[in-house]
Amino acid sequence: MNAVTQPINPAKLVARQQLALQDPDWVRWTLIAIAIGFISLFICLPLGLVIFQAFSKGVAAYWSALSQDDTIAAINLTLLTALVTVPLNTVFGVTAAWAITRFDFKGKSLLTTLIDLPFSVSPVISGFIFVLLFGAEGWFGEWLIVHDIKIIFAVPGIILATLFITFPFVARQLIPLMQEMGNQEEEAALSLGASGWQTFWAVTIPNIKWALLYGVLLCNARAMGEFGAVSVVSGHIRGLTNTLPLHVEVNYNDYDVVGAFASASILAGLAIVTLILKTALEWKQGNR
Amino acid sequence: MSILLSDISKNFGTFAALDHINLEVPEGELVALLGPSGCGKTTLLRIIAGLEHADKGRVLINEEDKTDQNVSQRGIGFVFQHYALFRHMTVFENVAFGLRVKPRRDRPSNDIIAKKVHALLELVQLDWLNDRYPDQLSGGQRQRIALARALAVEPSVLLLDEPFGALDASVRKDLRQWLRNLHHELNVTSIFVTHDQEEAMEVASQVVVLNHGRIEQQGSPSDIYDHPANAFVSRFIGQTNVFDLDKHDADWLQTAGLLPPHSDGKIAHVRPHDILIEKSTADQAAPATLKDWQHLGALIRLELVKNGSNGSAAPVFAEMPNDQFKQLNLNRGDKVDLKIRQAHWFH
Ligand SMILES: Nc1ncnc2c1ncn2[C@@H]1O[C@H](COP(=O)(O)OP(=O)(O)OP(=O)(O)O)[C@@H](O)[C@H]1O
Ligand SMILES: [Mg+2]
Repeated sequence: MNAVTQPINPAKLVARQQLALQDPDWVRWTLIAIAIGFISLFICLPLGLVIFQAFSKGVAAYWSALSQDDTIAAINLTLLTALVTVPLNTVFGVTAAWAITRFDFKGKSLLTTLIDLPFSVSPVISGFIFVLLFGAEGWFGEWLIVHDIKIIFAVPGIILATLFITFPFVARQLIPLMQEMGNQEEEAALSLGASGWQTFWAVTIPNIKWALLYGVLLCNARAMGEFGAVSVVSGHIRGLTNTLPLHVEVNYNDYDVVGAFASASILAGLAIVTLILKTALEWKQGNR
Repeated sequence: MSILLSDISKNFGTFAALDHINLEVPEGELVALLGPSGCGKTTLLRIIAGLEHADKGRVLINEEDKTDQNVSQRGIGFVFQHYALFRHMTVFENVAFGLRVKPRRDRPSNDIIAKKVHALLELVQLDWLNDRYPDQLSGGQRQRIALARALAVEPSVLLLDEPFGALDASVRKDLRQWLRNLHHELNVTSIFVTHDQEEAMEVASQVVVLNHGRIEQQGSPSDIYDHPANAFVSRFIGQTNVFDLDKHDADWLQTAGLLPPHSDGKIAHVRPHDILIEKSTADQAAPATLKDWQHLGALIRLELVKNGSNGSAAPVFAEMPNDQFKQLNLNRGDKVDLKIRQAHWFH
């Protein structure tokens, strides 16, 4: 056969290898169709519906729903919650990741496991923990009543519950990265005369900044969107302890469809912005 | 400046990584810390730098006790085995780092920093790379940048952990020579870690042989090669043939011209180049047979098999210059006479 004597064309070889990895056309197209159909049905359709319902009575009704006092109060409370919890959890997350990846101590693996606890416990349970602790019947309930401090059914409770729920995001992003990087660069900086603080800002932070931003972004999205835990501790007091997700539910239960979906559209918008930023950050990380 | 280690011990759990180390490095010397993998070289270097704390013992630099001083205050240049360059900084910024983090009153102006960094980059012959990032450099280039970075702070002592460990053989050879010349130029007291005995012998003025966390011998390269203190050093520092009188090598050694000594020991270590070879005339009684040979550049290594019923099966290696081997006109399977010029005896 003359095929044997012909030199092998490398381009052809590659093409053949790719072919070998590919399933028949109908399998490919079916799988792609299923994936796209699924995403449209369960993600795009509801999202479109939210927008559609929000504007179902016109732009004016949409704006008037958003400019209600209760809605504005809910937006403000959500922003306040995020503004308090995200910076705190950023600091906590960096500290925890630093401790876990840079020091050896007893109980390190326990700490690593505990960081994941908010992920593995149902948010409702997380909320109940705080009710058990600070509620009127709770461990510190009596003491709090005596000192006239309100935590449950008040803003501090909402912030505490959100803090608990969003704790893992930053640490989870940083720990694998910092483990993989090792501490050689930091040791090098120290040996060159840098202080611990200088080393942290000039060497550690630049190396982890994209992962850190990514963690902060996810943490923020969850802080603004958390429903379960916050629902338990909030008490649903209109204009006082309703965050945006709770406000959506309250409006919906009152048959205020435009109000509910107008508020929901803000959350949906937040989700889309988060997704875009997340993709941009992933792209950035991938390019480093 | 001189380095003095007195009675340094370090345990990891129950494992003794360093065991009562005493070492003195005189000012301006380039010392090689040589030993097999896991013997504690890196640990010792890290203790000198202050990156690790000894359980016991003191570290003195220029007669000043530095044992309890922080890494960042010791004024030591450390070159890491895997370079540890700052990956998000350019080559220039990497080298400038040590100057930029100085306290404000000691910090040079930007102009002086730039001048100094370029001078250092010229010293390591890489100024043209100053705006690259570490991941755009070759291994050898990274190594030299790491060295320039360590030198920027004018360290009193330079510590290099397997500086050429991750490089391929030909780059290693170039850099060895280069490091030696650089040391001549700068004269900063340096310790460099290696597990390659050839590298240690070639670069260093003093060699310290470490094994299982203990110092086996310290001396000049020729000292250590010609007068190994014990069997470990003798084996580690170059190829050697081992003959054991208890294993019936005595007669064979006598034939080869090496009489057992009175009290020096029972085990003879013979370097391959201390075995002289001649084509045997007495066909039957010849002490060895030539099995094979290999070219090692200018030298030929001959693989011999001991003759006689009592010999063990281990091959004997001899080395001689290429042309001498040609003159002997030997073939595989030829019987040879041999004469052992000298041996080191150990118990
Ligand atoms: N942090 C640590 N925890 C436990 N054991 C350690 C630690 N660091 C080093 N060791 C042990 O101490 C011994 C000496 O380690 P060291 O890194 O000094 O060896 P080395 O001589 O540099 O070896 P190599 O040539 O392979 O780099 C090794 O047996 C190692 O397993
Ligand atoms: Mg080592």
